[in-house]
Amino acid sequence: MSEKPKIAFYWCASCGGCEESIVDLAEDILEVAKLVEIVLWPVAMDFKRKDIEALADGEIVATMINGAIRTSEQEEMAHLLRRKSRVLIAYGSCAHTGGIPSLANQFSRSELMKYVYHDAPSVDNPESIEPVSAYQSATLPVFRDVVRSLDQVVSVDYTLPGCAPNPALVLAAVRALLSGDLPPKGSVLAPDVSLCDACPRIGSKPTELSIEAFKRAHLHPIDPDQCLLAQGFACLGPATRSGCGERCIRANMPCTGCFGPLSSVRDQGAKALSALTSAIGADSEDEIDRALDGIPDPVGTFYRYGLAKSMLRRKVDLATTTKN
Amino acid sequence: MEHEVHTNGKEEVRIGFYICHCGSNIGGTIDVAAVADYVRTLPGVVVSKDYKYMCSNAGQDMIVEDIEINRLNRIVVAACSPLLHEKTFRSATHKGGINPFFFHMVNIREHGSWVHEDKALATEKAKAVARGAVGRVRFHKALEKRKEPVTQSVLIVGGGIAGIQAAQTLSNAGKKVYLVEREPTIGGHMALFDKTFPTLDCAACILTPKMTDIGSDPNITLWSYAEVVDVKGYVGNFTAQIRHKPRYIKEDLCVGCLDCIDNCVFKQGNTDDEFNQSLSKRKPVYIPFPQAVPKLVVIDPEACTHLNGGKCEQSCATACERDAIDFNQKESFDDIEVGTVIVTTGFKTFDAARKPLYGYGRYDNVYTALEVERLVTSSGPTGGEVVLRDGRRPKTVAIVHCVGSRDHQTNRWCSRVCCMYSLKLAHLIKEHTGAEVFNFYIDMRCAGKGYEEFYERLLEEGNRFVRGRVAEVTDVPVSAEEEGKLVVKVEDSLAGFVRRIPVDMVVLSTGLEPRQDASNVRRMFNISCSSEGFFLERHPKLAPISTTTDGVFIAGCCQGPKDIPDTVAQAGFAAGEAMALLDKGFVEMEPMTSFVNEELCSGCKTCIGLCPFSAITRDDAKEVAVINPVLCKGCGVCVAACPSGAITQNLFEDCEIFAEIEEVLAHA
Amino acid sequence: MPNVFEPRILAFFCNWCTYTAADLAGVSRMKYAPTTRVVRVMCSGRVDPQFVLSAFAKGADGVLIGGCHPGDCHYLEGNTKFLRRFRMLKRMLADLGIEPERLRLEWISASEGDRLRTVVNEMTEQIRALGPLHMPAHFKEWDTEVLVEDLSHDREEEVGERV
Repeated sequence: MSEKPKIAFYWCASCGGCEESIVDLAEDILEVAKLVEIVLWPVAMDFKRKDIEALADGEIVATMINGAIRTSEQEEMAHLLRRKSRVLIAYGSCAHTGGIPSLANQFSRSELMKYVYHDAPSVDNPESIEPVSAYQSATLPVFRDVVRSLDQVVSVDYTLPGCAPNPALVLAAVRALLSGDLPPKGSVLAPDVSLCDACPRIGSKPTELSIEAFKRAHLHPIDPDQCLLAQGFACLGPATRSGCGERCIRANMPCTGCFGPLSSVRDQGAKALSALTSAIGADSEDEIDRALDGIPDPVGTFYRYGLAKSMLRRKVDLATTTKN
Repeated sequence: MEHEVHTNGKEEVRIGFYICHCGSNIGGTIDVAAVADYVRTLPGVVVSKDYKYMCSNAGQDMIVEDIEINRLNRIVVAACSPLLHEKTFRSATHKGGINPFFFHMVNIREHGSWVHEDKALATEKAKAVARGAVGRVRFHKALEKRKEPVTQSVLIVGGGIAGIQAAQTLSNAGKKVYLVEREPTIGGHMALFDKTFPTLDCAACILTPKMTDIGSDPNITLWSYAEVVDVKGYVGNFTAQIRHKPRYIKEDLCVGCLDCIDNCVFKQGNTDDEFNQSLSKRKPVYIPFPQAVPKLVVIDPEACTHLNGGKCEQSCATACERDAIDFNQKESFDDIEVGTVIVTTGFKTFDAARKPLYGYGRYDNVYTALEVERLVTSSGPTGGEVVLRDGRRPKTVAIVHCVGSRDHQTNRWCSRVCCMYSLKLAHLIKEHTGAEVFNFYIDMRCAGKGYEEFYERLLEEGNRFVRGRVAEVTDVPVSAEEEGKLVVKVEDSLAGFVRRIPVDMVVLSTGLEPRQDASNVRRMFNISCSSEGFFLERHPKLAPISTTTDGVFIAGCCQGPKDIPDTVAQAGFAAGEAMALLDKGFVEMEPMTSFVNEELCSGCKTCIGLCPFSAITRDDAKEVAVINPVLCKGCGVCVAACPSGAITQNLFEDCEIFAEIEEVLAHA
Repeated sequence: MPNVFEPRILAFFCNWCTYTAADLAGVSRMKYAPTTRVVRVMCSGRVDPQFVLSAFAKGADGVLIGGCHPGDCHYLEGNTKFLRRFRMLKRMLADLGIEPERLRLEWISASEGDRLRTVVNEMTEQIRALGPLHMPAHFKEWDTEVLVEDLSHDREEEVGERV
């Protein structure tokens, strides 16, 4: 019997949604499972790090890593899996562009610790306990200053974008892997065209778009048929790859950009900002500023999933405290 | 030594870099040899040289030869502004056998040696920008200039002497001209004058025959009482919309018999006569002056009883044998296509009331020079009699120079014509009245053929000249001889004391200003203005009638104050440039237009509404945006806004600009 | 000479107004700080916010954009379209810790060579007071905490040439 190709799944700084998306393959996962041998999948199976270390370099055909890289442990696992895998796939927004976790790049480590262990409204920490990095013989991974995308730590062969990736794209990618019919390395495995291409509302988007004022989706009723931008909602669809199945749009919510930029764009947030604000229906500074007040958090709006991979990566004046 | 192979992903890049000393203009501040040495170390650079004058034939030949000998395929020249010599070096690049757009120019003179004093820092800056150019040029593509035919007609805006001269010159060459004039008649300011300096020939005698010729010239479509309201297109292919204001006269029926005027219910004028500077009244139905061209009457809707909804027997209409009066006439529009435009919209005179101490509007006997022009004209309101408003003849007259000129409180510039027209008026007033005439001047500026001689003649005629800027004109006497007079207070800067000179009449030699609506006009034609508001020429010396918009020329006082000879010369020059364009027959369009990469375009429509020229449409079958290259003017607004990075602007591609940014900053 | 910090200001000047104003300043031999590096664009409306971020990321201490006065744009209103982006960009960069003095938009017409000189000198002094931004050094410092494999931190090489 010829050996089944080995594959691995790993998670870093993530929410678990990406794991869920693999389960979402439903019966299709059985088809895949029959064809492969899963050597690592912490969320579902009990393999240890030493099992991976025992493999020969390049023995794993493909590894999918989701989550951003925030701790030294995640870095180590990324390096280990990179060494053991022929193909490394960044799975989901966090591995691709830093994702929601990389919004933490607006804050220093101490600010984060202070908030999470003391100031957050839900915290109950009467003794003001904070994590320590070592206790007796045990050590904790180092919490880094900077959140990174996977490709900012190891080289990545392919990317499955999305928060979380669409099951159809995942299945197509797995089948391509198994058949060996792969696109050029470095490809993002989703259509290289923006979401408007597939948007069911594109017909209602006016050619002379004029946004009087940006609106926040939770504060205003949303017409389920009209282009969201035409209604004044900051929809990032024009600046975001398609392939997601237009899930947010169909749920009557604006696109928030999780599929990341097109290949010819270097900074998704900057491009989204440019496309959206150019169409403001005001010419004077004051009127423009009023229209922009509907976007109170520009970083959170334009870099919701991609601050780590933005050109500036991080709030520029934050301290650096950890060293390798 | 063979150079290390450097590619841009498609081909081997072999860059030639040339830095110009420009004599000592650049070389005196920037260490050009050091820059050349530095650039030689950059990837892809095969040749790096400095040379005394790159724009000379020898400099250009060096590029041509190097392209062949070293198989160069990219050229960078660091010298003056690309606005000056980009064309020169593009053609040298082309002469060397490669596409002219494989060239980039670096400005190290206007933006470098001329504005920086620290030699070391200026040299470092030059290295950085040179590196930026080397970084970007590797991505340059071969581009072709598109040829477009030139519409064989010219629009001239403004029918003063400049517009008239340009129209005649073009017509003489057989060109089709549209001459659009806002007022009911052509002639402009010159038609107001009695005599012209320094020859004292009669303005009407030299102007009106030209005006009549224009009116009857089959090559010239004259539209007076009309305005250009919209201009679109580009050099060679402009479209303009002309609005015709209603004259309430059927222009094809009116023969200019003026019976209607005689039969108006108003037996006397009821409205200030604009042509006579409001020194007389005219009727609601009127002709600006007897020699008006076209010789058509106009009904002033503000002054006409019937058009104001009042009861009127409409005797003018009854009197017209040809039934030419049409009270229901509405404004109408014409759309025309022209190859080029000449803007000759003229000037306005300074509002003398802005210098309140000179008393204009307060004292009856303070006049502007234009009012006096009308007084000395035999066809004017007084039949050529220089008399005060109370009918007296002035025995002493003061002419105050530089009113609204050379004055930091109003206009700083010299209006150039006031000295000479003041001399002319001094002569004419003296001739008409025998009065003693004082000229109050700062400097006498009489540069021009026969001008200084005219000044001398005035001196010999016994005119008085007092050097000094007038402080005040007052009617408050301090002595018996000042009783009932206007007193001119001035510091006589030659005599060195303050004088009070009582006179009967004060003439204010007002300066020339841009017209109130100059900024609207220039925006419509997309031309710039200098800080004072006169239209800006492309180059003060070498392109004085061209503008930054190709195919739009300027002539006459809209470009700056000037006298009639200079205006006529400029108008002829503008006509010549327009003719050159028409006779060439085609224009080459700069290729820096934008295009859509259909594969990347999602059809999101972001770009469509942003295009100021409506050049972008959506192909609904392909669901992508399409840019019409004929309409695209290459601003790049759509490129910057395209959220897919699907639009490319030639010569300003993202990859070129990113490379330039990165490389410019890579030099520490 | 004392070792003073010479800011590096990347300047995007529109061809018709501000670039020409800079030419005029040159022809008039006005002197100003040698801190700008001018990238010519046809219109300020061509300035993509990505260019501004790229300039900062590649080491600019300040970014100056010069366009025609409102109403004077050679392309009707490209300057206004940039103004809309600029207002948002300015807010976003403030949130990312870039001081407002480092990003400036000025309308400078072709005849305002003196204005250009004033703006460059002013901006130079303001940035000199703030000190260097120098993002490449920040990136390097941030990455001392990790072992980075042999890979580049930006995708520019990948997308540099993609037509």
